[in-house]
Amino acid sequence: MEKLEYTFAAGQPAQGRSVTGVVASGDLEVLLEPGAAGTTTVAVQTSVDGYGGNWTALLERVLGPGTLPAARIEINDNGATPGVVRMRIEQAFEEVRS
Amino acid sequence: MMEQLQTTRGAMWLRLLTGSAPALHDWPAVRVCDAPLAGQPARWIAVVPDPDNRFPRARNGEVGLVEGWQLAQAVQETIALDRDAPLKRPIVAVIDVPSQAYGRREEAYGIHQALAGAAGAYAQARLAGHPVIGLVVGLAMSGAFLAHGYQANRLIALDDPGVMVHAMGKASAARVTLRTVEALEGLAERVPPMAYDIRNYASLGLLWKVLQAANPAQPDEQDLALVYAALEAALADIRDAPEHGLAGRLQGPHRAASRRVRALLETQWEAAD
Amino acid sequence: MSDIDKFLKRDSFIERNARSRAQALLDPGTFRELAGPFERLYSPWLAMQHLVTQADDGVVVAKGLLDGAPTVVLAIEGGFQGGSMGEIGGAKIAGSLELAARDNRRGTPTQAVILFETGGVRLQEANLGLAAIAEIQAAIVDLRRYRPVIGVSAGTVGCYGGMSIAAGLCSYLVLTREARLGLNGPQVIEQEAGVAEFDARNRALIWSLTGGEQRAATGLADACVDDDSAAIRATVTSLFARGVPERHRSERAAEFLAALAQADTNVQPEVADVRAVYTTTAKGEA
Repeated sequence: MEKLEYTFAAGQPAQGRSVTGVVASGDLEVLLEPGAAGTTTVAVQTSVDGYGGNWTALLERVLGPGTLPAARIEINDNGATPGVVRMRIEQAFEEVRS
Repeated sequence: MMEQLQTTRGAMWLRLLTGSAPALHDWPAVRVCDAPLAGQPARWIAVVPDPDNRFPRARNGEVGLVEGWQLAQAVQETIALDRDAPLKRPIVAVIDVPSQAYGRREEAYGIHQALAGAAGAYAQARLAGHPVIGLVVGLAMSGAFLAHGYQANRLIALDDPGVMVHAMGKASAARVTLRTVEALEGLAERVPPMAYDIRNYASLGLLWKVLQAANPAQPDEQDLALVYAALEAALADIRDAPEHGLAGRLQGPHRAASRRVRALLETQWEAAD
Repeated sequence: MSDIDKFLKRDSFIERNARSRAQALLDPGTFRELAGPFERLYSPWLAMQHLVTQADDGVVVAKGLLDGAPTVVLAIEGGFQGGSMGEIGGAKIAGSLELAARDNRRGTPTQAVILFETGGVRLQEANLGLAAIAEIQAAIVDLRRYRPVIGVSAGTVGCYGGMSIAAGLCSYLVLTREARLGLNGPQVIEQEAGVAEFDARNRALIWSLTGGEQRAATGLADACVDDDSAAIRATVTSLFARGVPERHRSERAAEFLAALAQADTNVQPEVADVRAVYTTTAKGEA
């Protein structure tokens, strides 16, 4: 099991919180809460070791642009593919918007 | 039918503690008898092996379909007996049960429902005001323990390597968790709730008392006196207690999370209603 | 509406996660989650073993109204650790049932629904899981005196282990065809008793004997319904309307013993054998 942490520039604080996904095999849970304006933090707990590079690349693609609301994000991952990870993160932000 | 020599701890302790009181039913695997405790009438129950059980997978002392429902009936009868009595008689579950019965017949005929009958009856007895005491003298494993003893107001166990409480036998647990038995045993050393021995179990705060019997497998007069004293003390403690639930099991340090969850639920229960 | 149309229009309960199932049951706008994921009640025991934890420990506690009546829904997430009961998830269920009983003693008729999607005790927490299940059973027996406690198992995990005993204590039990209800999982029986006794790969055998249809047909469940959220909600509502049963299924010891005395235990039972043994008396019909 591996823990990873990231920080990204972001916009205004997210307008709510959401929880999406389940820590099932091949899936992940994403908790999203408002962050301090301008900063998004991501704490990842993953059952698969050695994929730090992949996580960095994926989160960089999603959060790197800095246009999403500032959030405190926790990810509890049980071996999801990058596609599923991206889907759940986008879902997490969408749940807050709606 | 030839009388089988019963050598399990459960059978032996029941016989000794009740002074060989006669069984109230002719049930081979579920022994129910009346004998005094602290000078009051009390009902004593143990599950013992029935090598001639109609159900072939329940011949070694397992709690099977018939045993579960007979436990239920025995306890229901006790409740009915004292329905109009101001003081309800104690029920002592003498516990030495290796497991539930594992078999196709058992699943087909709903062994889960039979064990629910037993667990439910013990819980109803407790709620009706019967002091229910569980005395673990051997094994107290998973579904069998849930059915026979785990609903007790107070749990007492002997401190002995032959006394074990757990949710699943090692081989099955290893298979289900995709580990070796050795790996599981290693984990059990670091993670107290995973351990099989009674000392680790005691650290969880679920037992009211642990007794140092000199010879749990062949008790002498001193051992019996020790156990009687503990049972009598448990009886007095239960009679003194204001409520009939299992909250007494929530005090140990390893149950901090269980307390925190209940406190949080209570705080949030009424909010914003 | 043709069968195909019905199938396409159905709102699968099975495909919903635990939180979503609780939302589907409660009246719109009344769902309120307690001790939820943002409380971060992670299992200390899983963390100790370097296993990934879920923020709600696999149990959702949702208070709200069901057809206007105060109801707490305890939804087990079958996707996390097979829905197995650990200390925290177990405490969420037991603690909620305890509070519901307390409500009733104070004049509020709170009722409970338990969504059983569980293999039983979480073996990584073994004795604390088992103890929590005993506390859940105690709380069901307490609460069911006042208001029905209704169990639902929809699948795909089903209801096994110590939690099947809890299901057996419920006032009413609702299953789907996909759900299975049994004490010991097929793997465990095969491990303990050998493959001739129970072949864990024989899915037809498993579902025929322990699936929702058989359990309902033999009186060990009260309904076998389609995997449709509206149908499940309607069934649960109608069962609550029946009120607390005169005698719970778990109180029918004499009837079940009499029925079992009829079973031919010299052979392994077939579906029809169990149906023949469990006639109306065991089912509790007058």
